Amino acid sequence: MEQIDITITVIDREGVAHELTVPTDMGMNLMEVCNGNELGVEGTCGGMALCASCQCYVESNHKLHEPSDDELNMLDQTFFVQDNSRLGCQIKMTNDLDGLVVRIAPKGE
Amino acid sequence: MSIIINHPFYAHLQPIMIETDILIIGAGPVGLFTVFEAGLLKLKCHIIDVLPEPGGQLTEVYPKKPIYDIPGFPSVLAGDLVHNLMKQIEPFKPGFTLGEKVEQLEQLSDCKFIITTSKGTQVKAPCVFIAAGLGCFEPKRPPISNIRDFEDKGIDYVIREPEKYRNKTVVISGGGDSALDWTIFLADVAKKVTMVHRRDSFRGHLDSVEKVMDLAKRGVIDVITEAEIVGVAGSDALETVTIKKNSGESFDIVAENWMPLYGLSPMLGPIAEWGLNLDKKSILVDTRDYSTNIKGIYAIGDINEYEGKLKLILCGFHETTIAVQSAFAICYPDKKRQFKYTTVAGVEGF
Repeated sequence: MEQIDITITVIDREGVAHELTVPTDMGMNLMEVCNGNELGVEGTCGGMALCASCQCYVESNHKLHEPSDDELNMLDQTFFVQDNSRLGCQIKMTNDLDGLVVRIAPKGE
Repeated sequence: MSIIINHPFYAHLQPIMIETDILIIGAGPVGLFTVFEAGLLKLKCHIIDVLPEPGGQLTEVYPKKPIYDIPGFPSVLAGDLVHNLMKQIEPFKPGFTLGEKVEQLEQLSDCKFIITTSKGTQVKAPCVFIAAGLGCFEPKRPPISNIRDFEDKGIDYVIREPEKYRNKTVVISGGGDSALDWTIFLADVAKKVTMVHRRDSFRGHLDSVEKVMDLAKRGVIDVITEAEIVGVAGSDALETVTIKKNSGESFDIVAENWMPLYGLSPMLGPIAEWGLNLDKKSILVDTRDYSTNIKGIYAIGDINEYEGKLKLILCGFHETTIAVQSAFAICYPDKKRQFKYTTVAGVEGF
């Protein structure tokens, strides 16, 4: 597959917007991208939708895949959840997410 | 595996003191493999874990998931890896104390450590290996500034004795099965149960959801949806909670008890209070031997932090192999360092 980098914007907890160039051929998810760019996302559970430390709000109009039961269960057990809340670890970086804008949710504790 | 302290023979006695060379906190893959590497150096190990089964996350969270980065195994199920590790360490007869949480650490004048668990089990050892992974899982605390003031004074994160709520006005919040199940159960016990939920629908067993809806329809309980609890108040114990609807309006309701049931989140727990150098939820180590700032205490696997750290099982295996060499020098300061190839010497158990 032809390698295509996409550009996404991640707004950190201080409100600073970071424009990031992200490869789509590495199977990375949003939690890993935030983690690699040291944006204060812990990803404690290693990406298994078990801790919600990578909760973010999707602020652009991108049509993301529907959350799995595991993701919805975790969102039901976390705080600061909004209608546009998603777990970063469940959002795989694909070409159609070019231009995605997300805001990192506040920390639970 | 024998769980020494829980053996019925000892039931009438005070908790005994277990003595060993290396006390391992955490029975995950790295904690288990420590027994093997220590065993090669004739060091005995005792493992404590808060979970009732060995294996840590591998057993508890993803036993059926394949792991692809264990050298020599193109793919191995997490549960199988734990099973194999248990088999690999069997010759070294480790002791296990399972289902108990490590609480206290004390250092004696001879530099040995005594660890005490939540059930009073005590283990004495010259070396402590912290292989606690993400830490222990503790209930999530809602982000309300004065919530701690009412813990055990009306706010309970875990329901231990349902009778405590008899004839009380209670509020339950959360979305999972546990919140639904307790709402149903306490409907018959408490004077009044109000359930608060963030969304307008519930996830959970269909049967439980239907029961809760039926109780609400018959007026036995109150269900407030699309809302969350944002404040708590009371003069000494909890008296009211403030509910904020997603639409913006907020109001107070009477609550002698509030049980926020939002599941568990990994925390370092009591280990954070032991005077170890920490970086957020991780323990800082010297990569020469994965020792902490307290001589005799090592941190291995996901719980440690150093420059270039990768949270991988295979890195934890390496870390503990190096660390037991250093531990040997503490256990036997006068003996020469040992190093054996198992291909030459085989594995000689205890």
